[in-house]
Amino acid sequence: MSASEDRLKDLLVRGLAGDTSTYHAFLKELSAHLRAFLRRRLSRLPDEIEDLVQETLLAIHNQRHTYDAGQPLTAWIHAIARYKLVDLLRRRAGRDALNDPLDDELEVFAGSDTEASDARRDLTKLLERLPERQRMPIIRMKLEGLSVIETARATGMSEAAVKVSVHRGLKALAAMIRDEP
Amino acid sequence: MKTDELIALLASSAGPVQPDVLRSRYTLALGWGAFGAILLMAILLGVRPDLADAVRLPMFWVKLAFPATLLAGALVAVLRLSRPGVQLGRVPAVIAAPVLAMWLLAGVVLLGAAPGERDELMLGQSAASCPFVIALLSAPLFVAALWAMKGLAPTTLVLAGAAAGLLAGAGGALVYALYCPEMAAPFIGIWYLLGMLVPTALGAMLGPRLLRW
Repeated sequence: MSASEDRLKDLLVRGLAGDTSTYHAFLKELSAHLRAFLRRRLSRLPDEIEDLVQETLLAIHNQRHTYDAGQPLTAWIHAIARYKLVDLLRRRAGRDALNDPLDDELEVFAGSDTEASDARRDLTKLLERLPERQRMPIIRMKLEGLSVIETARATGMSEAAVKVSVHRGLKALAAMIRDEP
Repeated sequence: MKTDELIALLASSAGPVQPDVLRSRYTLALGWGAFGAILLMAILLGVRPDLADAVRLPMFWVKLAFPATLLAGALVAVLRLSRPGVQLGRVPAVIAAPVLAMWLLAGVVLLGAAPGERDELMLGQSAASCPFVIALLSAPLFVAALWAMKGLAPTTLVLAGAAAGLLAGAGGALVYALYCPEMAAPFIGIWYLLGMLVPTALGAMLGPRLLRW
């Protein structure tokens, strides 16, 4: 567990400094831990697991500037995953009972599960609802796998404008997920 | 969208992150909020004419120290509550300490006073307006602190909103203390505190709605 902590922390810290490929590796490895963590807590709602994995990844990405390298990564990830889990339960309140989702054990990295099931909610459909200026660069990056620089060239926007648009678009996407019925 | 596609999208859009975002956001918020509070005081109340005489009185500094220490405590709380997974630790005790100290001082003052003077020590000349004016002066800081927090990631929204409200209230009280002529510890222990609690309660109420992410 502490080996995972050290490894992931190293990946994240390098990712935050701008190393895209280590950041990719961080998200990839983290998603497996999140899936295992959420699977244990959402055993009665198996259909929701992959949606929540995606929502939590998006949240971690959007709030990554709040991570302080002096802080245990486990605590930071756990607090975000728990926050998103509680949010989901609140949205569904009254429809289903769940097994003890509110524990405070810091065991996010205890398990790992790379078997992604299909997400029920299609983020691509939600992306379609974003305003053009935010949607275009995101779609380009996603469908064509372009980098920020290539997207800037393809859309005629400046690099900074692409970054801002994508950042705002991903925040808006998180807000759409959060506010959906 | 598959999770792997999402990960690829997030990774390719991620550039380097600006370090110390918390500090820069709250520095900006405190700067603008304090500027707004001082401006508001200058417009609504003016500058206290005998300020130069007041600074020679020790009680003037005690009166400033009370909201100033609360401001410092609230700032630590706000910084901690803005990051997921950071515990408050002993911060609530640090925030309670100046309140208890002021109440202790007020108790000593009241015990030493003649029974007929006690009402005057508690009510002063401005008990009715003091909390209201403090709450009003805290408004710019209140908006600024919630703005700063909104761009971060508080996970306990009631507590985070309350801490942002206390920060604003303490800032408003600090600015008002420069103007307010009241000098009695019992007055400050009651009405200043009440004034600071107005934005604190408001923050606790609005936090869950405004700070979600």
